[in-house]
Amino acid sequence: MNVIVCVKQINDPEAPPSSFKVDSATNKVVPPPGVPPVISPYDEQAVEAALRIKDAQGGKVTALSMGANLTRDVVKKPLAMGADELVLLDDEAFAEGDSWSTAYALAMAIKKIGEYDLVFCGRQAGDWDAGQVGSGIAEILGLPSITIARKIDITDGKAKVERVTADGYEVVEISLPAVITVTSELGEPRYPNIKGIMAAKRKEPTIWKPADIGVDPSQIGNTGRRTKLMKLFQPIREGECEIVGGESPEEAAANLALKLREAKIL
Amino acid sequence: MAEYKGVMIYGEVKEGKLAPITAEILGCGRKLANDLGQDLCAVLVGSGINDLAQEAIAFGADKVYVVDDPLLKDYQTDSYVAVMEKVVKQVMPQILLLGQTSIGRDLAPRLAFRLETAVSMDCLELAIDPDSKLMLQTRPVYGGNAQAIYSYDSHPQMATVRAKAMSPLERDASRKGEVTTIEAGIDPSTIRTKVLNKVSQEVAGIKLEDAEIIVSGGRGMGSGDNFKPLEELAKALGGAVGSSRPPADNGWVPEAYHIGLTGKVVAPNIYIAVGISGASQHLSGCSGSKHIIAINKDPEANIFRAAEFGVVGDWKQLIPAFTNKVKELLGK
Repeated sequence: MNVIVCVKQINDPEAPPSSFKVDSATNKVVPPPGVPPVISPYDEQAVEAALRIKDAQGGKVTALSMGANLTRDVVKKPLAMGADELVLLDDEAFAEGDSWSTAYALAMAIKKIGEYDLVFCGRQAGDWDAGQVGSGIAEILGLPSITIARKIDITDGKAKVERVTADGYEVVEISLPAVITVTSELGEPRYPNIKGIMAAKRKEPTIWKPADIGVDPSQIGNTGRRTKLMKLFQPIREGECEIVGGESPEEAAANLALKLREAKIL
Repeated sequence: MAEYKGVMIYGEVKEGKLAPITAEILGCGRKLANDLGQDLCAVLVGSGINDLAQEAIAFGADKVYVVDDPLLKDYQTDSYVAVMEKVVKQVMPQILLLGQTSIGRDLAPRLAFRLETAVSMDCLELAIDPDSKLMLQTRPVYGGNAQAIYSYDSHPQMATVRAKAMSPLERDASRKGEVTTIEAGIDPSTIRTKVLNKVSQEVAGIKLEDAEIIVSGGRGMGSGDNFKPLEELAKALGGAVGSSRPPADNGWVPEAYHIGLTGKVVAPNIYIAVGISGASQHLSGCSGSKHIIAINKDPEANIFRAAEFGVVGDWKQLIPAFTNKVKELLGK
């Protein structure tokens, strides 16, 4: 089984909310000082899903990332986890796209990679949270797709997928090749081990520019967007929290109940 | 060249009735249609759903398009995208709204790419720009830490709407409207998936989305067993139990408990957050609550920025004492 996994480098979404700042003049987020970027969390689960298939079926896992001035340590993490190859679309022209221009560039790179049975993506990126690129790649490449998968097994050349629904899950069979987006209910992504970290250090990624994948800079990244970001802002949270105390935890808890009764909430 | 006109909503059906999201996006669609001076229509796709058209009219649709076919009994990407492509190309709506639901998250992006337009997902607010007359779409980003406003001029302008973000109109059974049937016209060989099984993991009792009181546990609970005191508190209050993402991902509680950006959106009267740090992704699911009460041993926890009342301390001591006092006050 050949699996391609799309991974995005983003500001760490686990950074404390108090460190989150928007520069309203440029409609951009100010990267939290001293917090290194990471692979978007759902994309890590997508890598885990791919590695589980490699464990069960054999084959190859190729990680694919895109951006400008990508941090090698960050985008090499899939290799450290056990992926075999890393392809980077690394150029200013690829940066700051929307779901359309992002899916388009990634689809063209996947076409160039050529051999694959599955394409995995995280269900949504931890920065823009759009949740469209996986489906978009599938549509551009004319492939069937399933979103929000928590379990993927391969039997008889088809994928059997558990898709999370509002009240549980459904089991769907899909023909290959296919695009599947992965959700955190899949489970913890594996930690890189020493062997993986050393292999990742030695491995040189394949780096492609727009011309290498046959796209014009006007069709990708910020220039290729279909949508226009008018404004990015932090909503102002009003109200103060009243902290209720007491001589002991038990008293504080009782005081809380009394406070709520007093405020006519209880 | 034909002109794009009117507002269309994709109506969802659940257990033989219109899902609550349908009335909500009809309410939202009605406002947009009024601002544009245009009609509002609803599309219902499925099998055995003809009778629900009148219900969509009662909640504000001027027209309802029904696509009823046995092949559409279960949602599948290939069949539903093909059907919606057909409906949109026939009706040519200027705006198309869907719910940010299990179906919406799958159907909307693929359909937008199929139609060579764009979609803004999980919108909190939609409005018509008075100058451009285009739809302005406000949606949460960065896990809910920020909001972004988008606009674009490809058509139809698509958006999915977050549950409970919009209000339905008053149901008016006397409202009149037009119902049109559209043939699905699906070639079964083009459907590349097969639904093998559907599993419901809903817990018995009050549904989280409907509960007026929710007691919710986070990573700080430590285990599934530790949710028992929360269940006791919920019982005393007549409420339901929920969780943030870590307990669900760790298998401490059923996934159906998960409240958050990629879980359920709730808006109860009272939301008690226990051992929940208050990450933005979780607040996205519960910030619509009228009163948020937080219990956490970390005084710096972000949840205290969102809560109205809080106690800093260990839930192991606080919850049993709180439950006892609640029982006393409520005469139980």
